[in-house]
Amino acid sequence: MLAMGVIEILFFLFSAVMVAAATMVITVRNPVYAALFLVLTFFSAAALWMLLEAEFLAIILVLVYVGAVMVLFLFVVMMLDINLTPLKEGFTRYLPVGLLVALAMLAELVLVLWSRGKLGPEDYPLPTPREQGYSNTQAVGEWLYTNYLWPFEIAGIVLLVAIVVAIMLTLRKRPESKHQNPAQQVKVRRSERVRLVKMPAEGGE
Amino acid sequence: MLSLAHFLTLGAILLCLGVAGIFLNRKNVIILLMAIELMLLSVNMNFVAFSRFLDNLDGQVFVFFILTVAAAEAAIGLAILVALFRNRQTINVAELDELGEGEA
Repeated sequence: MLAMGVIEILFFLFSAVMVAAATMVITVRNPVYAALFLVLTFFSAAALWMLLEAEFLAIILVLVYVGAVMVLFLFVVMMLDINLTPLKEGFTRYLPVGLLVALAMLAELVLVLWSRGKLGPEDYPLPTPREQGYSNTQAVGEWLYTNYLWPFEIAGIVLLVAIVVAIMLTLRKRPESKHQNPAQQVKVRRSERVRLVKMPAEGGE
Repeated sequence: MLSLAHFLTLGAILLCLGVAGIFLNRKNVIILLMAIELMLLSVNMNFVAFSRFLDNLDGQVFVFFILTVAAAEAAIGLAILVALFRNRQTINVAELDELGEGEA
């Protein structure tokens, strides 16, 4: 169990890293760097979820997001030969309105959160840490496989559909590739391949 | 002393960064997808914080489903991006306007 004070320091440390990395994601010029900064953002989020004792989701975030989705992003960014100069046009043009909208939204949200004092430390203090031996993974698993069994199965179908769609969208026929067509092979009749020719036998007088 | 409002504020900051990213990078589809990921992450942060402070596991299960759908969305979005780039040799949003011209 962490001492009080350490949790606050860790929270503000990881939050600062996360916000800085997220800012870099949207401002950096090169998409490869943006993807790498997004990885840093996800790592910081995983650390914050660890502080919130959501260990299972923190590991899932690192494994699924950093390990699979971000690598997919990096693959696509590096495979596409993108000309970067026209993509950055209008960055400074849209900077004022983007900042304005973002700051207005942030001001409204923070006003709602902090003005009434309903969500302050006295109303929702940090809960006491769980006792040793408590398994977040086991708790989430029991909850998932009982109360949320059908949504869980549907989530699996969603992933299956995503696989099929991703393959179907990117599959292309290569005219130059030589491959067999089993359907054509099976359909072949004997008459198309073999021709019996009547001719006199040779040499037998 | 940490409170629920700290985590919700962090989620709000992330969401606003995602919105700002969509405004700033209007030409680049890849960065737009990354900004959407940022906004999804902010929602997940709120769910996990509520789940911890209200001592209710439903929030974490919800985050699990959001991660599933977000992974599917990223895979399909990038597949569309690859198909788009193969046909047009560009991912510039400003040049992808042929749907409105009435011709293929």
